[in-house]
Amino acid sequence: MTFSPQLEARFDKLLKSYPPGRQRSAMVPMLLYAQDEIGRITDELVNEVATRTGCTPLQVNEVLSYYSMLHTKPLGKYHIQVCTNISCLLRDGDKLYEHTCKKLGIGHKEVTADGQFSVEEVECIGACSWAPAIQVNYDFHHHVTPEKLDQLLDGLGKKQ
Amino acid sequence: MAALINLTIDGRAVKVPPQTLVIDAAKTVGIEIPAFCYYEGLSLAAACRMCLVEVEKMPKMMTACTLPVSEGMVVRTETEQVKQARKYTLEFLLTNHPLDCPVCDKGGECELQDMAFRYGAGESRYTEEKVHTPEKQFSPVVFFDAPRCILCFRCVRVCNEGLGVGALGVINRGVASEIAPNVGDHLECDECGACIDICPVGALTSGAYRYHTRPWEMTHTGTICTHCGDGCKTTLGTRNDQIIRGNNRDRSGINGEFLCIKGRYAFDFYDHPERLQSPLLRVNGKLEEVSWAKALQVVAQKFTQTLADGGSFGVIGSNHTTNEENFYLQKFARQVLRTNHIDHHRTGDVVTLLDALSGKTTQLATVQDLYERKAVLVLGADLALEHPLLSYQVRANYRHHQAHVYVVTPQEVREDKYAAATVRGRDYESLRDKLKAEPELVILFDDSYKGEDLRKLVDFAESLAIPVKFICLLDYANSRGAVDMGLTPELLPGYQPSGQPGMHVDEMITAELSALWVVGANPLKGAVQRKAGFLVVQDMFLTETAQQADVVLPAASAYEKNGTVTNTSGEVQRLTRAVNTMGAKPDLEIMGFLARDMGAAATLGPWVPETVFAEIRQTVRGYEIPMPVMATGGAAQTVPVKGRIVVDSGVEFRPDLIHSDHNGLFASGTLGRYSKVLNSVLENRLNR
Repeated sequence: MTFSPQLEARFDKLLKSYPPGRQRSAMVPMLLYAQDEIGRITDELVNEVATRTGCTPLQVNEVLSYYSMLHTKPLGKYHIQVCTNISCLLRDGDKLYEHTCKKLGIGHKEVTADGQFSVEEVECIGACSWAPAIQVNYDFHHHVTPEKLDQLLDGLGKKQ
Repeated sequence: MAALINLTIDGRAVKVPPQTLVIDAAKTVGIEIPAFCYYEGLSLAAACRMCLVEVEKMPKMMTACTLPVSEGMVVRTETEQVKQARKYTLEFLLTNHPLDCPVCDKGGECELQDMAFRYGAGESRYTEEKVHTPEKQFSPVVFFDAPRCILCFRCVRVCNEGLGVGALGVINRGVASEIAPNVGDHLECDECGACIDICPVGALTSGAYRYHTRPWEMTHTGTICTHCGDGCKTTLGTRNDQIIRGNNRDRSGINGEFLCIKGRYAFDFYDHPERLQSPLLRVNGKLEEVSWAKALQVVAQKFTQTLADGGSFGVIGSNHTTNEENFYLQKFARQVLRTNHIDHHRTGDVVTLLDALSGKTTQLATVQDLYERKAVLVLGADLALEHPLLSYQVRANYRHHQAHVYVVTPQEVREDKYAAATVRGRDYESLRDKLKAEPELVILFDDSYKGEDLRKLVDFAESLAIPVKFICLLDYANSRGAVDMGLTPELLPGYQPSGQPGMHVDEMITAELSALWVVGANPLKGAVQRKAGFLVVQDMFLTETAQQADVVLPAASAYEKNGTVTNTSGEVQRLTRAVNTMGAKPDLEIMGFLARDMGAAATLGPWVPETVFAEIRQTVRGYEIPMPVMATGGAAQTVPVKGRIVVDSGVEFRPDLIHSDHNGLFASGTLGRYSKVLNSVLENRLNR
């Protein structure tokens, strides 16, 4: 399996960051970066990471299925993660989540037909001070209201 | 040895070596700390939380399975807090556990049941719906029922660490966690069933055993597996003369609880539909069923007649029959039939090894040595596939004692993964410096080292100037016993020279002998035409050899008779009859009846295993082994090395006749063809 030169360089650096024989420590970041490039984690990628870290594919699958930020199904171009944990919940995070679903016409971990958006109800994203918060891909958005969300989604939709 | 550590457990003073875990320290004074995930010999998991104990000066309860002892430690295992914690843990483990104990295979011998009975709360506060997922079949052998699983990870660890296969893992998390096989929805593994046996609950069950019986309805008989030469003890669970399962949960025997697919499941040839249950006699060119009396009479008359006419006899013995049977057979051949044409399929060069060892400091190793010695050298064999127990011992030695393993094999083997050095081919000389630096060594070699090559190897070992022990790898359950008992033309029992020439297997099947007697062997496989005037075969099945016979006498399997067998490392162990199969007789009894009908019973003596074994002990070099060890189901090593093995002039010893079948995990010579489970695994792989 081939990756972009940048990703290959990143993998090399990662695998050298750990003492010999502990290369499996690089598994999670490798999966995460590869997911960013490929869009999801494929069986081929699992085997590739297993080979490079000296593990069995099953051991990669164990990790893969444990972490909720690793996905085996394609996500939308913009992955909207709405927090409904306690701080956000107290500031109407649950209503924000429902609004998002309604606006996009999809549910938890679903993708819009055009592949632009996907929604996920997530646990605490560490932005309690600015609740309710959402995360779009790696970007945080604070004090989100349904109106702000609409603007955001419309803006992203136009960007294409 | 380091000073012992003093601690107090439940008010009792305990002295144990440093690094001992509290759970093991408690065991030494008879205090049981309950645990699911803790398993001796495997890595620590601390997953089940069942072993929580109170330790003075520690703020919270501690897991006894991960806590090493320290000086002056005060542990309490029976306080109210501990009892309460156990109750909660069990209540938690039972939240999603189905209440299907009445139909669960494990019911009656389930650790969760036992723990709930002893430590559990009688009621649960959990009123929500239980999570249920349907049962899955991982392989022909392994079934998985996720809701029953308590996630102790024993199966994952035993497969990874114990077997070195790593075919099981845990996927997902929290309540959705479950055991997963290595390839998609199925297992590609050794199918050894260790995961099933080690499962404390009924989550992993075996295709061979499930829904066949309640555990308490079985009788358990400890006997020796009849397949490869490693000599694992398998405890057969039987009911109504049927073998229902094999395992070795009591860790008796040289194998502890290790068994491969053959020891655990491949007993199932004994009730194969093609099993012979009546003697067959060739009438007008066709084999017809006749009575035992008739069949024995025909053979006895023919043998007596041939003797009177001065005809020639050939006798081919077996790698599976007991020492007693082999001894009796060679005595029969030499004293009654007055022939030295007696041989068997030789699978390793024990004779040259024993001869080469005489006068040397090197010795014979036991299975236990492979676990204890500091270094191991594997020559030729793919140990993990051909000798699963020996490979398991070496792996455990590496894992527990960091033993150095050296591999010199023609092809890649599993031992490569943890070997200190690997050489492809035969050049063990290149390892000389490394081996010289080892404090001690065990060398295992297969049939590719024989004759002069083997002498060179022994000289090489001697030149290392360190203590070296040897194991000559042999194929079958009693391959070693067959040589020890003199089933060769050149040697009598105990490696005494026979002093007269005799035919080998290959010569016997091509010579025009008046009568050929084959006991438990299949020399005519591969469409070899029989040449002998009269052919008698004792076997369990109508093999290629039996199909050409004049008389076929149905023999009992190893699980249907008493006696002793000697494994590849020369350890003698007892077979104990577990079941009877109607119509079949043990080979010893068949030979005895033939002797009786020929009027030779007085010469050969009683055909009772114990009596024959007593004679073996008195007359066969190396078999003066302690009876109490044997009687209690133990293994005693025979050490026949007392001087050179002289093969008299005119008789040639022929290492070139030695060839191993190199049976893999799912093969067992002719016998393997009749095992349903071995076939089902092979078919399953082909169909995929």
